[in-house]
Amino acid sequence: MSLVAASTAAPAAPAVEGAPEAAVATLARRGIGEVVLEVKDISLAFGGVKALTDISFDVREHEIRAIIGPNGAGKSSMLNCINGVYQPQKGSISLRGRTFAHMNPRQVAEMGVARTFQSLALFKGMSVLDNIMAGRNLKMKTNLFQQAIRWGAAEREETANRRVVEGIIDFLEIQAYRKTPVGKMPYGLQKRVDLGRALAMEPQVLLLDEPMAGMNVEEKQDMSRFILDVNDEFGTTIVLIEHDMSVVMDLSDRVVVLDYGKKIGDGTPAEVRHNPEVIRAYLGTAH
Amino acid sequence: MGAFLETLIGGLMAGMLYSLIALGFVLIFKASGVFNFAQGAMVLFAALAMARFAQWVPQVIGVQDKLLANAIAFVGALALMIVLAWLIERLVLGRLVNQEGITLLMATLGITYFLDGFGQTLFGSDIYKLDVGMPKDPLFMFQNVFQGGILVSKEDLYAAVIAAALVAVLSLFFQKTATGRALRAVADDHQAAQSIGIPLSRIWVIVWSVAGFVALVAGIIWGSKLGVQFSLGLVALKALPVVILGGLTSVPGAIIGGLIIGVGEKLSEVYVGPMFGGGIEIWFAYVLALLFLLVRPQGLFGEKIIDRV
Repeated sequence: MSLVAASTAAPAAPAVEGAPEAAVATLARRGIGEVVLEVKDISLAFGGVKALTDISFDVREHEIRAIIGPNGAGKSSMLNCINGVYQPQKGSISLRGRTFAHMNPRQVAEMGVARTFQSLALFKGMSVLDNIMAGRNLKMKTNLFQQAIRWGAAEREETANRRVVEGIIDFLEIQAYRKTPVGKMPYGLQKRVDLGRALAMEPQVLLLDEPMAGMNVEEKQDMSRFILDVNDEFGTTIVLIEHDMSVVMDLSDRVVVLDYGKKIGDGTPAEVRHNPEVIRAYLGTAH
Repeated sequence: MGAFLETLIGGLMAGMLYSLIALGFVLIFKASGVFNFAQGAMVLFAALAMARFAQWVPQVIGVQDKLLANAIAFVGALALMIVLAWLIERLVLGRLVNQEGITLLMATLGITYFLDGFGQTLFGSDIYKLDVGMPKDPLFMFQNVFQGGILVSKEDLYAAVIAAALVAVLSLFFQKTATGRALRAVADDHQAAQSIGIPLSRIWVIVWSVAGFVALVAGIIWGSKLGVQFSLGLVALKALPVVILGGLTSVPGAIIGGLIIGVGEKLSEVYVGPMFGGGIEIWFAYVLALLFLLVRPQGLFGEKIIDRV
């Protein structure tokens, strides 16, 4: 596992700016490639409140990249900028070299970025199957009238997409809940459905907003396993916001640390763990 | 017994027509979380368009066959309702994304008054007769079972069948198609729907168009019963108790609610009415809705409101 490799190989030297040599070497060993997502000098303010100030970092292909920080550090704001929910006042975000400024969440989704939500945003009245099928929306090409009269193409499309969705349901081990309205499911399983819906988009980049928030230890272990499997089996690049430090250290290849909207650390988990500023801002107070 | 059945059947058929209007409310509320106060105005607007187009088509294009002229007028009125849906999304709703429910409600109140005025500017404010060939003669059924048989209005019967078919088709569309699924998704969570690439604006145009279609059918049925006039917009008020009873988020609820109100109204008028000196048909539905609000605020089939504390 990467954690073992990282914590033994990485030097204890603090790394504040950018990803140092040692980190890149570790990444190469795990088959992590080019920069996929690049965030440059992002600043976001709500009125007089500065949520983010000059944040820059990159995410590499096949990587699990974590964004951590104490409450109110700007983690979710950062994710919402990438997702197009917020429009940063300054800076740029580019995906595989294509810069996108002023994009709405739908356009970001079309570019292959999927996300999950911290406070569940599932379609509560709909079954698990329908929720995940809804995630296939962008893959559906037939029009309203073809669907209405159950035209052959619409029918075939539905079947093909259904097959993919059944695969995801198997993968997440929620077969038994296929037809259950998600509102009636236990919390931990709802989180899986949220992940499933995002996976249904076959995203290039998957944004996870506190995937373990409010979970018990077992649920956390399950979710960690799913995240690693997604990363391994589908090669999906993952950007992860998390509160739980132990989870972050185990899962991620590299970590960005935010505090009061500023970046105070960036590097492998081991590097970040020994960064004095991070310890002061985060570990020292929270744990 | 014969009289009871007659009242019951009359009530069921009237109820089906209430359901049809209630359906318009439910569709829009489900898909956009907007309580569309303008539904009644849309019914009036659609009926006015239909009535005038039906007059203009023989005059302007010279189509004399009544059925064909009505069909052309129907397509024209439907096209107008779709344009209206598009305009409402473009000019009003699209600019109010993620606003409070009350803001959206006020916006639809504005649309109501605009449509009332604009419809009359465009089509005139006279009372128009709408003749789509609904039979006016009554039908006598079970003449060998009951003495004198049961009198059923053929017009109401046709209307009820049309309404039932429409409701069935729309339910299937919502449950079984990918677009229907996207509509339900938007209804549950705007933000999540956007994050999986569902285009909100297109969904809203579709749902307002469907509501416009429902308003048109309701307008034609009611219009051919009562004549197309300003008060047609008020039949929507009759649908309010129906949606309270059935739940704002449930298509089957709109149907059952409509039937309960229809039957309740007629039966209460005949059997309870005399105690109050009659005339309770007008307010019975509202009292029923009030009682329901006390016991089940989410309606019969609405989603239960659970707040986590």
